[in-house]
Amino acid sequence: MIINHPLLGPRDAAEFTYIGDAALLMRPNPRSDTAAEDFHNYQYLRGNVAGEMRELWYHEQGDRSWLVVTRNTLTHEISKVELARDVKRTMTATSKSGLK
Amino acid sequence: MSLIENNIALNFTFDGKAYQGFEGDTLASALLRNGVKVVGRSFKYHRPRGIMGAGSEEPNALVEIHGGGVCEPNRRATTIKLFDGLVAKSQNYMGSREFDLLAVNDFIHPFLAAGFYYKTFMWPKAFWEKIYEPVIRRAAGLGELTRRADPDNYGKGFLHCDVLIIGGGPSGLLTALNLGRAGQSVILADDDFRMGGRLLSELDLINDDAPTNWVAQTLAELESLPNVRLMPRTTIYGVFDHGIYGGMEIKTDAIGTSGPRQISWRIYASHAVLAAGATERPIAFANNDRPGIMLASAMRSYQNRYGISFDNAALFTNNDDGLRTATDHIFDVRSDKFVTDTAGRKGLKNITSNLGEKIDADYLAMSGGWNPNVHLTCHKRSRPKWDNALACFVPDGATLSKDMSVIGAAAGHFSTHHAFEDANKLSAELGAKIDTLPRAEDSPITIKPFWHVAGKKRAWVDFQNDVTAKDIALAHQEGFTSVEHVKRYTTLGMATDQGKTSNVVGLAVLAEATGQTIEQTGTTIFRPPYTPISIGAIAAGHRGQSFKPTRLTPSHKFALENGATMVESGLWKRSQWFVRDGEKGWRDSVDREVEMTRNSVGICDVTTLGKIDVQGRDAGKFLNKVYINTLSTLKVGKCRYGLMLREDGIAMDDGTCARFSDTHYVMTTTTAKAGPVFRHLEFVRQCLYPDMDVHLISTTDQWAQYSVAGPNARKLMRKIVDAEFDISNEAFPYMGCEQVTVCGGTRARLFRLSFSGELAYEVAVPARYGDSFIRALMAAGKEFEVTMYGLEALGVMRIEKGHAAGNELNGTTTAANLGLAGLMSKKKDFIGKVLSQREGLMRDDALKLVGFTCKNLSEKITNGAHFFEPNAALTPENDLGYMTSVAWSPSLGQYIGLGFLKAGSTRIGETIKAVDSMRNNTVELTVVSPHFVDPEGERLRV
Repeated sequence: MIINHPLLGPRDAAEFTYIGDAALLMRPNPRSDTAAEDFHNYQYLRGNVAGEMRELWYHEQGDRSWLVVTRNTLTHEISKVELARDVKRTMTATSKSGLK
Repeated sequence: MSLIENNIALNFTFDGKAYQGFEGDTLASALLRNGVKVVGRSFKYHRPRGIMGAGSEEPNALVEIHGGGVCEPNRRATTIKLFDGLVAKSQNYMGSREFDLLAVNDFIHPFLAAGFYYKTFMWPKAFWEKIYEPVIRRAAGLGELTRRADPDNYGKGFLHCDVLIIGGGPSGLLTALNLGRAGQSVILADDDFRMGGRLLSELDLINDDAPTNWVAQTLAELESLPNVRLMPRTTIYGVFDHGIYGGMEIKTDAIGTSGPRQISWRIYASHAVLAAGATERPIAFANNDRPGIMLASAMRSYQNRYGISFDNAALFTNNDDGLRTATDHIFDVRSDKFVTDTAGRKGLKNITSNLGEKIDADYLAMSGGWNPNVHLTCHKRSRPKWDNALACFVPDGATLSKDMSVIGAAAGHFSTHHAFEDANKLSAELGAKIDTLPRAEDSPITIKPFWHVAGKKRAWVDFQNDVTAKDIALAHQEGFTSVEHVKRYTTLGMATDQGKTSNVVGLAVLAEATGQTIEQTGTTIFRPPYTPISIGAIAAGHRGQSFKPTRLTPSHKFALENGATMVESGLWKRSQWFVRDGEKGWRDSVDREVEMTRNSVGICDVTTLGKIDVQGRDAGKFLNKVYINTLSTLKVGKCRYGLMLREDGIAMDDGTCARFSDTHYVMTTTTAKAGPVFRHLEFVRQCLYPDMDVHLISTTDQWAQYSVAGPNARKLMRKIVDAEFDISNEAFPYMGCEQVTVCGGTRARLFRLSFSGELAYEVAVPARYGDSFIRALMAAGKEFEVTMYGLEALGVMRIEKGHAAGNELNGTTTAANLGLAGLMSKKKDFIGKVLSQREGLMRDDALKLVGFTCKNLSEKITNGAHFFEPNAALTPENDLGYMTSVAWSPSLGQYIGLGFLKAGSTRIGETIKAVDSMRNNTVELTVVSPHFVDPEGERLRV
């Protein structure tokens, strides 16, 4: 597979490490009353769908960027590659402005 | 028009007998030229077999070439380019190729039908392992491995192009020419050693000239184009995601040449053109596997390309294409003439027809129509569809990958004209200007689908796996109706040729049996590799020493000069101990290193510990997130121990963190976890807290770091550290850190850290000074009788001090298990905090790290032993924990151990039993504090 790195252009998948569902970006609030359950779900109930999925890939043999790769797990078609930090910032901004 | 160079003779041997062929021959053509009909024995029935094809589809003529370490089994004689000195042997017999003892299988064939193994060897059960399996193993399998290392070279390479064209027949060549002229970067790969495809074997003219002339002119022009790379003898064996193709190039089959024998290519292409042609099918009729019976297209190849004449030959066909073959007798199913049987065990003698006549014949060409080579279209899940008019499977444009086009015979467009037309049309689509079409034959496809001459005798469908039409009918009779089930029950199409000649005939026979159409029957899936490839070529250079990189510390050479025994620690090589004269075993060295360090001073290379520079205004805040304890309050010029958890609350790694300025920390990790910890830190930085002002860089390789430990450590360091730096205990106390210079101005980092429990320093210099610095340290320490110490002595001293290491941070233990719960900050959040508080992890009787000594000092403790109450039964419910680290302590003169014991910290002084079932060792132990030596830590603070 080839991942089109937003900063470096197309790179072979062999340069990356994969950890799956990008939901890991959304670390729950540790001070919440439901923190124990929230963290349980965050840690153990991760998605692994047959179809389009947002995943975390780490460019370990490259520039060490964490990427959010939108990939169809059935066809391996990659429709979007973003820097994880940009995705996280957008999420944070969205949740602060009250939007979901 | 033969392409054989009669003036260049090549000598070779087959089964020890000498023969001669010519330049341009394959091993197969050379054997046929020499009248060799039997080239091997079949897989199951050990029937004598001859050459059936002329290319990579060959199911019968599998030979082994060379011998010794480079013996290659199962090579198809039809794809081995003949060279002078070739040594080839036939396979799969006991005795000789002409008289095979296992041919008895052929006479007991009624017992060896499909599913024979499943039915026969079921009882008595005990017989399987002792009798049946060894006998079957001896008889089964094709070819033999040498079990020796392959001494030859294999290469690996990467190529990029706009368009990869797979197949150098008429459509591939013309496409390459069009795109090449248009300036596109083109790779043209063909598995034959000569490009041209069927044009090399047929006589139909192109532009009123011999087809080989058009091929030669086209190749000459392609060779002149710098943007075109011609790759003959290169099989594209697999299609992978995102335009990546696997190619295997055979540079030579000769041995002892200087370059690589085979090269495994990874080709990146924006677009691929499958112009792989088609493969002719046999017809299933009684005894259709006799030596001398071959595909009609193969016979024409041998006649036209290789200049071999077949006297007294016949043809059995169901289509017009077969009629191109020059033979003496023709059986055409369309005029109701069938071959019903043949005779001649070691070579065809005669043919029986449905009209009852018996005709003498030495050779028989069979043509059952053509199968487009659609294999590579399937590797990315496209499925071919059945075309009734053409009676074959063709690629399905609807499911075909967008970056692949199929043209020519591979698309079911069989005439040369049609192939050229496809090439021009596609070239225009890909942006090339096109020329007028070369004039070529445009014969229509006239075929009567015909698969199988019904009869009682065996009619072969899969020649390589010895599957007959009867086997398929039997499988259906026994309830196997799905094509995938029939394939597995009969092994149809499961040989190394992946059913290139057999699959469609097999499906047709199954369709006949089930009363379905072929379309309804469906087809099985083609997977990579298209043809068998050498594992050695896939591995290429990645073997032996080069299997993985080796990391050496700057003191490596010095260590070897001083008697170091090296051990692998991940990719690193680390000194395990240093042997001195008179030391008889490793324990002698390790005990001495510990004693000399504890009594005076010792030096250990700790370069391999991970070092991560953490810089930025939020560096302290960031470290507070990743460590369970607080690092932001650490004073500049100080170090602190830190423990990290995974988000699930389990300990991930530990180490020290030094602060050099408000915005600059240096973290150390364990050797093993340096990579994973760095990945984790980057995750926390980028994915969780992208707005923190903090940056990370690994500096493990930039600094050579040594631990100098022992009561005389300061005296030694005083001689090394430049005079302007005060390293007295008052000025530079335990857990201090400072940037200093050493040896007259060399930049260094100095830390008052101790893993051994002694007064100790860690000193780091830029890696390029590592070698001279260790020599300077050892020279300076001579007056104190300094010793180098290795990983074993390091381990002994840390066990004596009760420090946790990899054995304790084993991916299942929590801070509480390690006795470090007190480090967990209550004031702040950190990774792993919430889940570390789970009830199950916080139980009062959770495992606790404690120390152990033997009740009877003559006994030995072993690592991995499990703990039980002295009189308890050895059941999992009674298990109280396990031993993680043991050592002989020279300081205490006894064995000591560290381990996890349920509620261990409340059981100090009690007796338990340690049971090591692996080593059959049970000892009684006293539970003690894990701090065996200097529990108050006085020595390290002096």
